[in-house]
Amino acid sequence: MMNNSGPAVVVSGLQVVRGKHRVIPGIDLEIPGGQVVGLLGPSGSGKSTLMRCIVGVQIIESGTVTVLGHPAGSPVLRDRVGYVTQSPSVYADLSVRDNVAYFGRAIGLRGAELREAVDRTLAEVDLVTYAEQLVQDLSGGQESRVSLAAALVGRPSLLVLDEPTVGLDPVLRRDLWDLFRHLADRGHSLVVSSHVMDEATRCDRLVLLREGRVLADLTPAELLQRTGAVDADAAFLALIDAETARSGGRSTS
Amino acid sequence: MNGALTVATSGRVLRQVRTDRRTIALIIVVPCVLLGLLAWIYDGTPVFDAIGPALLGVFPMVVMFIVTSVSTLRERQSGTLERLLTTPMGKGDFMMGYAAAFGALSTVQALIATGFAVWVCGLDVAGPLWLLVVVAVFDAVLGTALGLLASGFARTEFQAVQFMPAFLLPQFLLCGLLVPRDQMPTVLEWVSNVLPLSYAVDAMKEIAGNPDPVTAVLGDLGIVAAFIAGALALASLTLSRRSA
Repeated sequence: MMNNSGPAVVVSGLQVVRGKHRVIPGIDLEIPGGQVVGLLGPSGSGKSTLMRCIVGVQIIESGTVTVLGHPAGSPVLRDRVGYVTQSPSVYADLSVRDNVAYFGRAIGLRGAELREAVDRTLAEVDLVTYAEQLVQDLSGGQESRVSLAAALVGRPSLLVLDEPTVGLDPVLRRDLWDLFRHLADRGHSLVVSSHVMDEATRCDRLVLLREGRVLADLTPAELLQRTGAVDADAAFLALIDAETARSGGRSTS
Repeated sequence: MNGALTVATSGRVLRQVRTDRRTIALIIVVPCVLLGLLAWIYDGTPVFDAIGPALLGVFPMVVMFIVTSVSTLRERQSGTLERLLTTPMGKGDFMMGYAAAFGALSTVQALIATGFAVWVCGLDVAGPLWLLVVVAVFDAVLGTALGLLASGFARTEFQAVQFMPAFLLPQFLLCGLLVPRDQMPTVLEWVSNVLPLSYAVDAMKEIAGNPDPVTAVLGDLGIVAAFIAGALALASLTLSRRSA
């Protein structure tokens, strides 16, 4: 079983500058372990940048990001954190199985253990029938599932998934969220970004980002209760309106 | 560095190459066609025996440079490199994986090209034939190392391909094939002294003309190996785990 006693991620005083833009002007955040935490917000709100900070590939201006008790990007975290980028990052000229197996080898799986992990993962993302096909011959949704499989194969303690359900049909989306739930129940921590507000209800906890700041950090029930809205989309709009009203009728950029 | 991760990476690179049959055919066939053309042009003269071995060394370097710089650029652009560097895979494992994969591919290329040059085109060298293959493989790994380095400076595949003339043509002009290096203007000779291809071609020239070239060739290969190590060290600086 995973150790889910402490928080999975602690972000403190985080600032990120990209080009001339201060894309994250300041974030303090604690992501509990063993839960599915949804990172929600419109395009450009800093979701991907925050995720890059958590996996340790983002150069940060100031602040600290602590993952599973270690500074983000530490060597000890490299087989414990799985990362799936928004655009699929897999090898188009390799078969589905070869892709997943290679990323399995990268985190140290070998022999029978590797084969079992690859077979299990292909079943989880529903690609068993496509296992021997080259990724370049797949559809966009299938390709993003290969990318997801490449992170799942190592069963990392923390999974950071940047919009993993984009372009997938409703059945597959439901199945993937069931899988995320299953992983969290077994002690894995998941950070899943989405701009589909419907998916918010499948999370244990929601972090709403806007313009690189945390707008709200609460449970789905609290979100609906606080805003009095009927669904997550309306709740998010209500929060933004409230925030805009507070900051004097106009949003800062 | 971790041997298993290096092997996993070179296996993966070779699997990728295997799906691209046309590239394999080009890598194997083009050097043979060019060598055949050269032998035909210089038919009845001793020129082919003098420059044929040197070209056996130049082809693998050029081919592996292009293949490596384009494929590593793709890894940077597709995000697979960034993703790999979040795993226990190290920069050294990544680079040595590429060097080993293309080293293996170039061994096949060198065996076939050398065989073709000797038995079909009638290339006659004073030194041992196996040494031609050894030097060709060193040249191929040099091309891979330079390609890894060059890909760090390319933003597009067009740029990566343009680096071939930028990185390699000056070396080709100054390596002593067109004019012996000691007959060049002094400044150019100095420049040629600090370019790796000069030593690769020196080694091949030794094999062409010297019946017992092993000692001289080992000296040249030592220098080529140092350039390989230097290029890989510089290339590793362009593979950063973090980016803005």
